[in-house]
Amino acid sequence: MIPFSYIRAGSADEATAAGKEPATWFLAGGTNLIDLMKETVERPARLVDINQLPLDQIETLPGGGLRLGALARNADTAYHPTVEADYPLLASAILAGASPQLRNAATNGGNINQRTRCYYFYDVATPCNKREPGSGCGAINGVNRIHAILGASDQCIATHPSDMCIALAALDATVQVTGPAGQRSIPFADYHRLPGDNPSKDNTLQPGELVTAIDLPDGKFTKNYTYLKLRDRLSYAFALVSVAVAMKLEGGAISDLRVALGGVAHKPWRRPEAERQLLGRAPDDAAFSEFADALLDGAVGQGENDFKIPLARKAIQRALRQAAAGTPQSQVDKRIA
Amino acid sequence: MPPQATLQPAAPAFDVKVDFSLTINGRKHSFSVEPWVTLLDLLRERLDLTGSKKGCDHGQCGACTVLVDGKRINSCLKLAVTLDGSEITTIEGLADGDRLHPLQQAFVEHDAFQCGYCTPGQICSAQGLINEGRARTAAEIRELMSGNLCRCGAYTNIVDAVEEVVRQGALHKEAAE
Amino acid sequence: MSTSTTASSIGQPLSRIDGPAKVTGRAKYAAEHAADGLAYGWVVSSAIAKGKVKAIHEEAARAVPGVIEILTHKNRPHVAWFDRSYRDQVAPPGEPFRALYDDEIKFSFQPLALVLAKTLEAARAAAALLRIDYIQEEPNTDFENSLEKAYVPPKKRSGIPAPASRGDAQKALDEAHLKVTADYASAAHHHNPMEMHATTVIYGSDGALTVYDKTQGSQNVKSYLVGVFGLANDKVTVRNPYVGGAFGSGLRPHYQVYLATMAALYLKRSARVTLTRQQMVSHVRRPETFQSMALGASEAGGLQSIINSAVTATSTFEDYQENVVNWGVGAYRCADAAADYKLVALDTPTPGDMRAPGAATGMTLFECAMDELSYAVGVDPLQLRLLNYAEVDPISGNPFTSKALREAYDIGAERFGWGKRPSEPRAMRDGNELTGWGMATGMWDATFQKTSARARISANGGLEVATAASDIGTGTYTIIAQVASETLGLPTANIDVKIGDSDLPASPIEGGSWMAASSSAAVQLACQSLGTRLFEAAQDLDGSPFKDIKFEAVSFNDGRIIAKDDPSRFLSITDIMKRADLPSLEVVETAGPGLSGMVSQVKKARATHSAIFAEVKVDDELGVVRVTRIVVAVAAGRILNPKTARSQIMGGVVMGMGMALHEESMMDTRFGRPMNHNFAEYHIPVNADIHGIDVIFVEEEDKEVSPLGVKGLGEIGIVGTAAAIASAVFHATGTRVRKFPITLDKLI
Repeated sequence: MIPFSYIRAGSADEATAAGKEPATWFLAGGTNLIDLMKETVERPARLVDINQLPLDQIETLPGGGLRLGALARNADTAYHPTVEADYPLLASAILAGASPQLRNAATNGGNINQRTRCYYFYDVATPCNKREPGSGCGAINGVNRIHAILGASDQCIATHPSDMCIALAALDATVQVTGPAGQRSIPFADYHRLPGDNPSKDNTLQPGELVTAIDLPDGKFTKNYTYLKLRDRLSYAFALVSVAVAMKLEGGAISDLRVALGGVAHKPWRRPEAERQLLGRAPDDAAFSEFADALLDGAVGQGENDFKIPLARKAIQRALRQAAAGTPQSQVDKRIA
Repeated sequence: MPPQATLQPAAPAFDVKVDFSLTINGRKHSFSVEPWVTLLDLLRERLDLTGSKKGCDHGQCGACTVLVDGKRINSCLKLAVTLDGSEITTIEGLADGDRLHPLQQAFVEHDAFQCGYCTPGQICSAQGLINEGRARTAAEIRELMSGNLCRCGAYTNIVDAVEEVVRQGALHKEAAE
Repeated sequence: MSTSTTASSIGQPLSRIDGPAKVTGRAKYAAEHAADGLAYGWVVSSAIAKGKVKAIHEEAARAVPGVIEILTHKNRPHVAWFDRSYRDQVAPPGEPFRALYDDEIKFSFQPLALVLAKTLEAARAAAALLRIDYIQEEPNTDFENSLEKAYVPPKKRSGIPAPASRGDAQKALDEAHLKVTADYASAAHHHNPMEMHATTVIYGSDGALTVYDKTQGSQNVKSYLVGVFGLANDKVTVRNPYVGGAFGSGLRPHYQVYLATMAALYLKRSARVTLTRQQMVSHVRRPETFQSMALGASEAGGLQSIINSAVTATSTFEDYQENVVNWGVGAYRCADAAADYKLVALDTPTPGDMRAPGAATGMTLFECAMDELSYAVGVDPLQLRLLNYAEVDPISGNPFTSKALREAYDIGAERFGWGKRPSEPRAMRDGNELTGWGMATGMWDATFQKTSARARISANGGLEVATAASDIGTGTYTIIAQVASETLGLPTANIDVKIGDSDLPASPIEGGSWMAASSSAAVQLACQSLGTRLFEAAQDLDGSPFKDIKFEAVSFNDGRIIAKDDPSRFLSITDIMKRADLPSLEVVETAGPGLSGMVSQVKKARATHSAIFAEVKVDDELGVVRVTRIVVAVAAGRILNPKTARSQIMGGVVMGMGMALHEESMMDTRFGRPMNHNFAEYHIPVNADIHGIDVIFVEEEDKEVSPLGVKGLGEIGIVGTAAAIASAVFHATGTRVRKFPITLDKLI
């Protein structure tokens, strides 16, 4: 870790004013940033500690829906009675991630801003366009078991590592930000970006912009949902593939469907047009199989991660079956429902 | 062949010190230290509280687990300055004099460790788990103790030890009600 | 001399005597010893795997306030010239690695500089600011694609038996009714003990060094430091009272102790070097292993030929060797067998011993082939083992000092319910999951090493037993206390066990599963000898109740010497000491092979055995494997402490589960660099992965293997575990995975 100067922000305005300066990072839970600073992957000149800001509330929105404060901790969010009752998909996804200690420290705002687990991004002895633009991508033709099969570019094949974000994507959350240019709302699908020619940028935040909250819409999925995570050990490991499903059934047909994939792309992966194709269909294997193909259309393996394509296909179908049956995946019982 | 890293860091600020205070195991401490000092390094290198262990320094093993205001966290990933005013409990703060804390006693009796290096983190984590009140069954304990690696492989004994104390706690609670 | 059974007697499940220190945080590990003016060392590692250091740019690093010095190959102090000065007790043939010796880079993560600063943070910051220019060369770290270049090591590593062949295996194979050939591979593993390798060197006012090192052998490290730095023997003490796991990674002195000692001598102040978790891939690993097997059998399943060839990785500068192939050719009765063992040299650090070195891979992979044979023959896997049971050691033809493997098979199978196993794969389905049952045999050497121990009793009746042994989590402290307690009839509260110090009586390195047998024998001998001295002192007292009786007629109980046939005739030990005016009484004894009825090592074979049974549940669609049940029956002679013994076996089994399902060092062969160098991406089992592990110790009386009949338990738990799991996975799914670890991608 390279020394830096430290500011404790007393207000959001103070934070964003400081945050727009070059090489300045906001510090919240620190579970990802301090890790990266120790690796010297992140080398901020200045940290703005935002932990004192009053952004840790979880409250019902006037027009329905729920506002998750950016500084509310992941564990407090997952175990919040309203989240447990109305947004069990989100609770499940949070509890599928990291460890209890990390969930106690990590914030919601930090979670959506966490960076990839790509081996090369983490190892400053190797090339990485995300860490050091123009240095090349070590993972292409390298060790890439955990890398992307969708939406990758010839510059970067990293994946987004969050579990929480996969549920937020499926739930059509909105990210509230404040910054030098004022406040704005970013639909979750537009928050993270694909690597393209500029993999160093994970999301669409502008300099100085601070995430203040994540809003969940009123639409509740409390019966037909699941978060299915597949990984290399049964807990405390990042997803190889994960699937968040939020579904509604009416009269034996699918009336609403959102499916997001984790572990496969630079952002939570959704295809709303494929979801729409399933509306009105019976929740059967044929429909699920078609949907899996549509969601994975264009998937490309990188060698070591070729298996993710068939794995994701099977996982999508299984998760849809879990959701349709109203038997969401337990994060405690490791038998897959 | 990997190209050499050419990224140049911004000019480092070496002479920064920040004042803050922490209550550690019931005793208040005032500090003036650099902001890049983690809670774990503060405990181990500046207070000689070496019970909290460094097993990875990156939040990947749980050996450094301590309780901050009753909640378990990885102290290696926490800059100490950000905890101003918090109450910290480390493994050194659990026993009552010579009398071991029930978790410590259960760990000894169940042989819930071998080399002992992950043990303080396991015990602090187990106390955090009990505070959270989310684990009742062995399966729940296994999942919610998975943030603490044990390379000696004492897991089943750890679960037995924690389960015993969780059950005792439930009994005490019942008796009190 | 005899005693009655108490809670601390041999064979009782005494809780670890070092337990309270460990659960309260009082136990101090290598990086936890404080010193005034300590210099914190931070190692800067090579970014490339092969080449030379072209330039080191130190300006930015030296500008960090608090930096004391930066040591590199350019300014390091003098170290020994000859390779022999660097050779430790377990070094393989070759040129031991010397950190900061010259500009040559032999492996990725090679230490190239040591930054020393007044604080940990300053050292870390300066290390991050140090810039190194390289001259790069193409490394070769591709094991699989280098198998053609495998060679027979010209110099044998001491203690490793040559591949043992007998008869004409090729001819027997050609003539066999049934043949099974199978190529298996196991990934390189990192030991990754929870404590990272670290050393604190305390620089004494007289220039003497007290070195707290993470090692499995304080005396091995001491002699290494004496050789490398030309130190006087009485100017250096190495201590390792607590070791946060090692699993073989602490057998050889590693570069952290070399660098910390170099720094302390150079700066004339105390110094500490701690590796990062990322750097824990930079000094030792279990080598990549490839094993090719051909088995020939009769129609009924009788083994007629075994051909077992293995290749393991080593470095370019040392020929690390282990016994990989003799397990396969030595496990079962078979007249014709051939073994062959070669190395591939890679641009990596030298691999080293890791829990059951050679057997964890060699025996396990061989047992996978046995499982394949069982299906080829159409015989139950357990029946196949029984059919080919070796009553004598197939390699030497000698009988075993004891071998209760048959009992282990029986008891393990009974407990597991093996009799209900359907023979066909994919026969047990439970919803989405397929259940499979598999089994394997485990084997390890039961060895004994010469060990000395001191026993000293003081006037207040306190007993100190001391030997330079190590407790790496194995329970050495506790069993030593039990042996002393039983021998002299003292409660463990009165016994102070001193280990982990190079100044204590000579002990072998903690490894190879010989520690319990060896240290218990030495401690027992010392305590018996001390008992004799106490008795003699008691006899000499005026009015001694023992004037007319012999030593054999007394017992030691409750801190007293008591006449066996008349318990009213006794003297307490404190009385004896007081009345004889003895401030203390001390003896040192050495136990070596050949002691009290032990057979000569060449006349009988000495081994520990196990039968391991595994149940897995595999999601048929998604390939997720859960190990839901393990039963392991172990025949390991006398069990000194069933509580700590059970833990040893469980630990081995858990590591075996990691080997089966998780552990894999992922090498980028373009850069010659392992990429998953942390605990997030190098997976070891977590709590959620582990279910019931049922450990059974089979009764096995053995008066010949060691003085107390002890065989040792550190390795046996891992041997065969991965084979039992792989065999269960096949039984569940019908898919044979021949490359460990069995990750879900190999099953979908």
